[in-house]
Amino acid sequence: MNDPTPARSPADRRPNATLLVALAGQPNVGKSTVFNLLTGLSQHVGNWPGKTVERKEGVFVRDGERVRIVDLPGAYGLTARSVEERVARDFVIHERPDVVIVVADASVLERNLYLVAELLALGVPLVLGLNMMDVAEAQGIQVEPQVLQAALGLPVVPLVATRNLGVAELVEAAVRLASDSSSHRPSRPDMTGPHREVLARLRALLGERIPEPYDPAWVALKLLEGDVEVTGRARAWAGDEIWREVDALLEAHEDAIVDITSGRYDWIARMVRAAVRHPRLRQVNLTDRFDRVAVHPLWGVFVLLGAFGLVFWVTFVVAAPVQSWLDVRVVGRLQGGLARALTGSPAWLGGLAVDGVLGGVGIVLTFLPVLVVFFGALGLLEDTGYLTRAAYVTDRFMHVLGLHGKSCLALCLGFGCNVPAVMGARMIEARAGRLLTILLAPFVPCSARLMVLAFLAPVFFGRGALLVSWSLVALNLLVLALVGVAASRTLFRGRHMAFIMELPLYHLPNARTILAFIWGHVLEFLRNAASIILIVSVVVWAAASFPGPGIETSYLARFGRSLAPVGALMGFDWRLIVALASSFVAKENAIATLAILYGGGAPGADLAQTLAAHVAPASGLAFLTVTMLFVPCVATVAAMRQETRSWRWPLVSVLLHLLVALTAGSLVYQTARWLEFGR
Amino acid sequence: MSPTRCVRLDELAQGSRGIVQRLVGGGAFTSRLAALGVTKGVRIEVLQNRRHGPLLVLARETRLALGRGEAQKILVEALPDERPDSR
Repeated sequence: MNDPTPARSPADRRPNATLLVALAGQPNVGKSTVFNLLTGLSQHVGNWPGKTVERKEGVFVRDGERVRIVDLPGAYGLTARSVEERVARDFVIHERPDVVIVVADASVLERNLYLVAELLALGVPLVLGLNMMDVAEAQGIQVEPQVLQAALGLPVVPLVATRNLGVAELVEAAVRLASDSSSHRPSRPDMTGPHREVLARLRALLGERIPEPYDPAWVALKLLEGDVEVTGRARAWAGDEIWREVDALLEAHEDAIVDITSGRYDWIARMVRAAVRHPRLRQVNLTDRFDRVAVHPLWGVFVLLGAFGLVFWVTFVVAAPVQSWLDVRVVGRLQGGLARALTGSPAWLGGLAVDGVLGGVGIVLTFLPVLVVFFGALGLLEDTGYLTRAAYVTDRFMHVLGLHGKSCLALCLGFGCNVPAVMGARMIEARAGRLLTILLAPFVPCSARLMVLAFLAPVFFGRGALLVSWSLVALNLLVLALVGVAASRTLFRGRHMAFIMELPLYHLPNARTILAFIWGHVLEFLRNAASIILIVSVVVWAAASFPGPGIETSYLARFGRSLAPVGALMGFDWRLIVALASSFVAKENAIATLAILYGGGAPGADLAQTLAAHVAPASGLAFLTVTMLFVPCVATVAAMRQETRSWRWPLVSVLLHLLVALTAGSLVYQTARWLEFGR
Repeated sequence: MSPTRCVRLDELAQGSRGIVQRLVGGGAFTSRLAALGVTKGVRIEVLQNRRHGPLLVLARETRLALGRGEAQKILVEALPDERPDSR
């Protein structure tokens, strides 16, 4: 059924043998379920060029026809105001797919047909898949696909994608339409009233100046809608003289957008009049009942805390043991075996292979269980429809920071690990909100840092450890809030993000969709982050090992000693600086490094005594403060690069954390000394 | 149907309904809401409205969360209560 080999030898490739089909649809209509059914795991997940929007495509063979299917990002309409919508429409305009399959939710048909109205304006052959027929029926909504097909003038196929009903017929209809367009005589929404003449006038003015592949009628319509991107292009095409006329015309009809949008819904009402019957009284459905609790101002918060509690519980019960199993059994054994195999070779080679390379591989591997759990949870919450409720409930807490509810969800993931927090920021639509969330994520204390805190706080403060630990976690959150407020008033000023979000109906999660979600994201992280983690791991290993013989005489130690004047501000000697530097690879490395530098042995009771003897409480407090606020670990930095597609934001983040951590560390140390803390 | 009876959507109490009369947030706002089902003439029901924070509304079978600032840009004509016992 599936063809896992997208690239074939040129010999057996007939000309035009591959059909290009685009899969379009509004968010939450079960589009990815349809896509996963068609392509299985042979799908390729990547990004649209230069965009942070996910691009999925796959190839399958149906009735001897090779079909390349591209999953367009979920889009409510085709304006240029969101990246998703722009990507979707650019694809249709520039790649000219043979057929576009639109998946629609039959229970919200009117709104879903808005996207159809927009796509029809692009003049591309359409097939409409009416998904969730079962949901519509359960709500007492009767949809007759045949009647709708006759009204719309394009193939309409009923679907229940979660039970794989109708998907084969949908593809069949698309393949048939590609070869024979006789079933495609679409009714198109047209303009009424005075704007019809304006459109004709705009077309006459711009006419031949509009280059291929743009359709003049569509360009005129989008100009009248006030589309920013098309306006920019048209201005360049028109030239100053003509543009003055166009601009005057547009200004006189500024309010045309109201008529255009209402006109689309008038057309939709005509299309569905005979095909859809609603129950006279809207039934109180399952979603209404769930929402009485899930979006309740008080109970909603408890439900959310419960959901997060469950996620972290699964992380500790499932992911943590797998993580340590991978670390000890897999990487540990490999390291042991490799060390034995390399006994005859120079010491540096063994060190490089065992500690540098395999050490880095170990770090990459130990991220996997955590990522699987987090993406599983995120996929589950998204697929059931709960995620948007959680965002709605948390929105009021995040407003002060200039952030929306979805940022809060991403940041909460950060308590487990900052990597999924950074990657989770992609669910935020607005770019500014996404960047700010990514920037703030490392201020959330991750489990690795909490572990360092839990180990070191008792060493320095004995009974006061608990108080110190809680204070430091609180300090992190306070800094997060302060940076959030400051950044949203400066860096992201004036970029108010309108909060408009659909809360879809709840439905049962689909295992296939969630597995594909996990698979795609984990693979993507591996592809993008693994090499960066490996390189940094090897570089830090080399800096700590050369020129030898021990870490005390290494380049890293020299580096630490050269920073002694800075360290003095925080009461650090060079060893604490080196421990901090090594924590860049992985936060928990700080303890291992301290063990080597102070104890020359394993982190245990001895280390605790030695540290307590060598490090003054004021320095210890400053060290913990800096550790909690320090530069994000390399995996987080790699995730930042992956999500922002540039090195600029990771760099901004590293510098910001360096500045904040060193300032806070110095303040804490000087204050502690002044108060004669711990004397 | 006189325009004087228009209120801002955020002024509608929880459980009450209205007909959208105007969107005053500019073209981008108008087209964004249109794609989500909110246009002039549509019936809208306020599912949840506390004194601060976002609102929850229902229009064209779609549940929408709207920031308070966004709700203030939607002018509606309030409809008399049909079912005073609801919610």
